[in-house]
Amino acid sequence: MVATPAHLLRSATALGNEEVLRIRNDFPILNRSVKGHPLVYLDSGATSQNPLSVLEAEQEFYEQRNSAVHRGAHHLAVEATEAFEDARETVAAFIGADPDELVWTSNATEGLNLLSYSFLNASLPGAPAEAARFALGAGDEIVVTEMEHHANLIPWQQLAERTGATLKFIPVDDAGALDLDAAARLIGGRTRVLAFTHASNVLGTINPVSALVSLARAAGALVVLDACQSAPHLALDVKDLDVDFAVFSGHKMLGPTGIGGLYGRSELLNAMPPFLTGGSMITTVTMDRAAFLPSPQRFEAGTQKISQAVALAAAANYLSETGLSRIHAWETELGRRLVEGLETIPGIRVLGPAAGQERIGLAAFDVAGVHAHDVGQFLDSRGIAVRVGHHCAQPLHRRLGLTASTRASTYLYNTTDDVDAFLDAVAGVRGYFQA
Amino acid sequence: MSLDQLYQQIILEHSKARHGHGLSAAGVPAGASSGQSHQLNPVCGDEITLRVSVAGGKVSELRWDGEGCSISMASASVLTDLAEGLEPEELQHVIDSFREVLRSRGKVSADPEILGDAAAFEGVSRYAARVKCAMLSWVAAEDALGQATAGTSADS
Repeated sequence: MVATPAHLLRSATALGNEEVLRIRNDFPILNRSVKGHPLVYLDSGATSQNPLSVLEAEQEFYEQRNSAVHRGAHHLAVEATEAFEDARETVAAFIGADPDELVWTSNATEGLNLLSYSFLNASLPGAPAEAARFALGAGDEIVVTEMEHHANLIPWQQLAERTGATLKFIPVDDAGALDLDAAARLIGGRTRVLAFTHASNVLGTINPVSALVSLARAAGALVVLDACQSAPHLALDVKDLDVDFAVFSGHKMLGPTGIGGLYGRSELLNAMPPFLTGGSMITTVTMDRAAFLPSPQRFEAGTQKISQAVALAAAANYLSETGLSRIHAWETELGRRLVEGLETIPGIRVLGPAAGQERIGLAAFDVAGVHAHDVGQFLDSRGIAVRVGHHCAQPLHRRLGLTASTRASTYLYNTTDDVDAFLDAVAGVRGYFQA
Repeated sequence: MSLDQLYQQIILEHSKARHGHGLSAAGVPAGASSGQSHQLNPVCGDEITLRVSVAGGKVSELRWDGEGCSISMASASVLTDLAEGLEPEELQHVIDSFREVLRSRGKVSADPEILGDAAAFEGVSRYAARVKCAMLSWVAAEDALGQATAGTSADS
């Protein structure tokens, strides 16, 4: 059992502007200007920026320790392996997991595909008996939600198509909340997998994990949590949430691109057939057969993302030292400021929970008569970076009667001035486009 | 480059006017050979369905339905004004010229003699993320024109 991470014990006093200004000094990119304006970066929901400690950790690894891990007897190989496994321990503790329950992936998308393909392998004829609990076939059901990012939808569509299972989804209401009555009807004896996002990347809604986990447990289904939008912003404890699997991406939590994690309960990971096979994930190999290592090596074929893992651990440390609960409290304030500000601007429709309702520190919205691409272009001309488009959630946008929206997403380095500059710019959009 | 150079007044006006908009309401003109093309920009979800009709050796009508940003809508509107009355080879030449300017990253100037109002989209070539928006209807027109002149009516 892992000790409660320090970031869970801190008080929930929100960061303030003064502290955020100090934090910003750790992020070199935030000092640059764009089109003659100071950069206002409100796209951390897509990719966050990196503090110096993360950049330095990666550089230090390459300058001092660069080598292959889990092979070779020379000194650099030993140091690299230690750094790699220390990183795993740090990041596992960050999400409340044991180190052998954290598999490195390239990102959350790869983690979800790993699960989908491992379940597919478990469904094929000749799969080992221990893998039967992951096998799907005709009559079985996979349940997702209508608010999923495509990364937590398409791998399950593909798995259903290939195994003959049926894919069902929990609908969202007009306010962007999951219909839990429908969930209770949908999740039943045929449900084998329930996959859902912890926090919506479009709506900012935080989903009721425990209610959904209870339904899945009663049905005997495996629970997969997409923690992409929660791991960077909330103190996450996968054991406390009682999910079977969880995925996250490093680049959304101050880390580099190309690294992410898949959490799985130890007994499940060790029974699950591997997805990628090859070097480093085997015990004995003959020309006919191979036996596989236990988790996590079982799922880490080939040379790994070593420097990225080391840098991600530095990012987790940065977040823990700042305090996740304080970050979350600050982002909640920024999110409220965003929503309340947007709702005072004529012609703006904020998606998701109404002002005053719980949401992570982001807001997506529609501007009457102006396409999201044009909104984004206008904001960009003032140095303000936001996301435009369907945010990899086409079904959700269709449900809301839209093809695209604009999203501002905050992080620990955003000030209230950032939010105000954004709101000021949004107020000018419809006038510029004569809408 | 300023925002006003991208969003020239003519573009903002055409994005509202949407000349040629209303495909479903209109049938293929009698005696014309037509082609129809649907194009989608997967990045932003912009879509267009566009039909080109050719009669008497000329583009007799261009009609389209679609939803998208001001650049894509204005571009389809300007294209409609340009295309009607041209011979198929002339329209193809205009499309080729437009594509060359748009893909040049600002290196090739638009020739107003050839492109008319479409020369206003010259500034879009400096915004790599927006080139597809401006090209959407033109790609559809090229495809539809090819069908119309091949005599393979794709009327739906």
